[in-house]
Amino acid sequence: MSLHTDYSGPYAQAHSGPQVVPPSPRGSRNDSPGAVRRLLSWLDLKASPYLLVSPYFLLFAVFGLFPLAFTLYYSLFDYELTGEQEWVGLGNYTELLADDQFWKVVVNTLAMFVIATVPQLLLALMLANALNKRFRGQLFVRMGVLLPLVTSVVAVSVVFTQLYGRDWGMVNWILSWFGIDPIDWKAERIPSWLAISTMVDWRWTGYNAIIFLAGMQTIPRDLYEAAEIDGASKRRQFWQITIPMLRPTIIFVVLNSTIGGLTLFAEPVMFYGGRIQGGSDNQFQTVAMFIVEKGFNNFEYGYASAAAWLLFLMILVGSAINFMLIRRIGGRK
Amino acid sequence: MKHTWRRGRFLAVAAVTTAALALSAACGSGDSGSGGTASGEPAEKVTITVQTFGGGKNFGYDEAIAKWNRENPNIQIKHVNLTDQFEQVYWPQMIQWLQAGNGAGDVIGIDEGGMGLAKAHPEWWVDLGEYGLDKRKSDYAEWKWQNGIDSSGKLFALGTDVGGMSICYRRDLFEKAGLPTDREEVSKLWPTWDDFLEVGKKFKEKVKDAAFVDGTNTIYNVVLVQEAAKNGNVTYFDTSNNLIVDKNPAVKTAFDYAVKLSQEGLTAKLRNFSEEWNTGFKKSQFATLGCPSWMLGVVSGNAGDELKGKWDVAAVPGGGGNWGGSWLAVPKQTKHPKEAAMVADYLTGKEAQVSVFNYAGNMPSNTQAQQDPAVQGAKDEYFNDAPKGEIFAKSAAELQPVFLGVKHTQVKNAVEQVISAVDDGSVPADQAWQKLVDDATKAAG
Repeated sequence: MSLHTDYSGPYAQAHSGPQVVPPSPRGSRNDSPGAVRRLLSWLDLKASPYLLVSPYFLLFAVFGLFPLAFTLYYSLFDYELTGEQEWVGLGNYTELLADDQFWKVVVNTLAMFVIATVPQLLLALMLANALNKRFRGQLFVRMGVLLPLVTSVVAVSVVFTQLYGRDWGMVNWILSWFGIDPIDWKAERIPSWLAISTMVDWRWTGYNAIIFLAGMQTIPRDLYEAAEIDGASKRRQFWQITIPMLRPTIIFVVLNSTIGGLTLFAEPVMFYGGRIQGGSDNQFQTVAMFIVEKGFNNFEYGYASAAAWLLFLMILVGSAINFMLIRRIGGRK
Repeated sequence: MKHTWRRGRFLAVAAVTTAALALSAACGSGDSGSGGTASGEPAEKVTITVQTFGGGKNFGYDEAIAKWNRENPNIQIKHVNLTDQFEQVYWPQMIQWLQAGNGAGDVIGIDEGGMGLAKAHPEWWVDLGEYGLDKRKSDYAEWKWQNGIDSSGKLFALGTDVGGMSICYRRDLFEKAGLPTDREEVSKLWPTWDDFLEVGKKFKEKVKDAAFVDGTNTIYNVVLVQEAAKNGNVTYFDTSNNLIVDKNPAVKTAFDYAVKLSQEGLTAKLRNFSEEWNTGFKKSQFATLGCPSWMLGVVSGNAGDELKGKWDVAAVPGGGGNWGGSWLAVPKQTKHPKEAAMVADYLTGKEAQVSVFNYAGNMPSNTQAQQDPAVQGAKDEYFNDAPKGEIFAKSAAELQPVFLGVKHTQVKNAVEQVISAVDDGSVPADQAWQKLVDDATKAAG
């Protein structure tokens, strides 16, 4: 009985081929149902794509656009936890531009971005190239490359903080074999940048390599075969075929890394045991940490908002510069 | 018709999914502190979350809470030690939770440094007077009680422990340095801070693989509160909340002493409440540190059982002072104010406070507990049977309250950053004072 009803139900309908919509029992000679249907099909064609992508835009409006506008609004106030708000116009911005600590953290951020990202992307590119060849256990190795990404940043930081310990760290121990004095990785500025950069690289190199690899797989094989016949070396093939064909992927990865690098936060925070100050003299505090320190440790919301906007502008400028640089890769001569 | 209906359904599903995503993202942050009654369960069975901070044995509640949980199956206490850093991590996070109205526990610990700000926000707190805790007034010294009353005049927090001072030292390392090891004799070594420095120099000559003190900060804070007692009991702010970092001689004296310790090479250059500091205990990197009573639990908790009996407690140079002491408060966002108030009452009560002192060393601020023979005669097995009751209880009754401003934690943080920076060599000593004043001014601004 139930089986029978099931079969006469939606399943049967779905398999009855293209359906002719039966004329509706009432008003079948009326024009209006046709008009409604036309309207609906027009809406289907024009509006439904927008509706289908709308979840993203709704989320973006709620979690992206609104905070952005709200932050801009509050960056114009001297707004503290106590709830007192005072309009200061661009006062926060001028104060920020005269703040030594702000410039220091900008330098930290840019330096760590360069130190971490440049070798990271080159390494990822080479790794992807190696993974692009045929070998045993391909899938296994390709997945292995992604492993660092899925380990929690806290675990990564715990391990790296131990490695870079001043008194009991492994890195200093190894350096001591070569007669190098122990380095205070958290007190000296450049060593601290290096230490954090290795943490960042460890986590993100594999991720970028997989994206590069995906890009490489879209390059037609016959290009390489043709080059092979023409006698081009592997190295030449890499520079003359792989890199130029990979340009869109490289642009994506570079922009992605620019945003990630300039908003660097978790690694340096964990490196200093959860403190937001990034070293006793802000040796490795990033702009993102500066914003959180001002906003949530010192409760100067207006000041932090202004810093957040400057970071936003910094990312826009940084991305634009990188985009222009990268666009020239393998360009027409 | 059917066709369009299906599309409509799809859109509805999409819309609902979007809304659900938005909601879950909005509510996802900060795990709610209060467990307790889901609607179906009997109303009386609740879990009260107590959130605290601090290193080592922390607030010392382990035994007291285990006892309560055995005796009160319907009200279970869940104790969460969130972090060992109050100023840098715990308090900023707590303020966000209190402001947001979600995330804080049913009972939370507040260090003295946070009380200025806490008092200024009566809207955050449950009125403990409503649950009859006004009757506890006689348990406290006047100042400790008064500090638990917010700016609207209601009781919102009950005191847990108070400061009181000592120097914790390593007997075995002192022996190695050819110094006396007996606590009476050790105390006689350093009537003044200058003597302390001289002992340090002697120690340094003999012992190469350990420093004399942990870092600059524990001693700095001890000296600061001692000097504060001589300067009207204020540190960074005067009683009308004006920043006086550059005017208060107490700050300068303590700063100068910390810098001197560092420049003489007597510190292990470890910042207190950092991972390196915790490791430093285990690796015996230093021989002394400034020890308010609550620090005993931190030391024994961090150093671990292998060093039991090697630590001891001696008198502090330069007389008494009041560093530290905490309060328990019940945030308004709790779903179980009555039970939370009961728990706060229990944990600050005589019985629990005696248990805390014996377990961790935090000196009770509850005067009944202070006078209890179990506290007065307490010895600490970990610290070579040091008579900690005698050492701390005597001074506890005479402790002076130190006034701390609304923005005390921010300024303290900025100041200690600079002092640490001198110690690790990233700020030159001759520029440090100016930087300290500038940074403190900025942090208070």
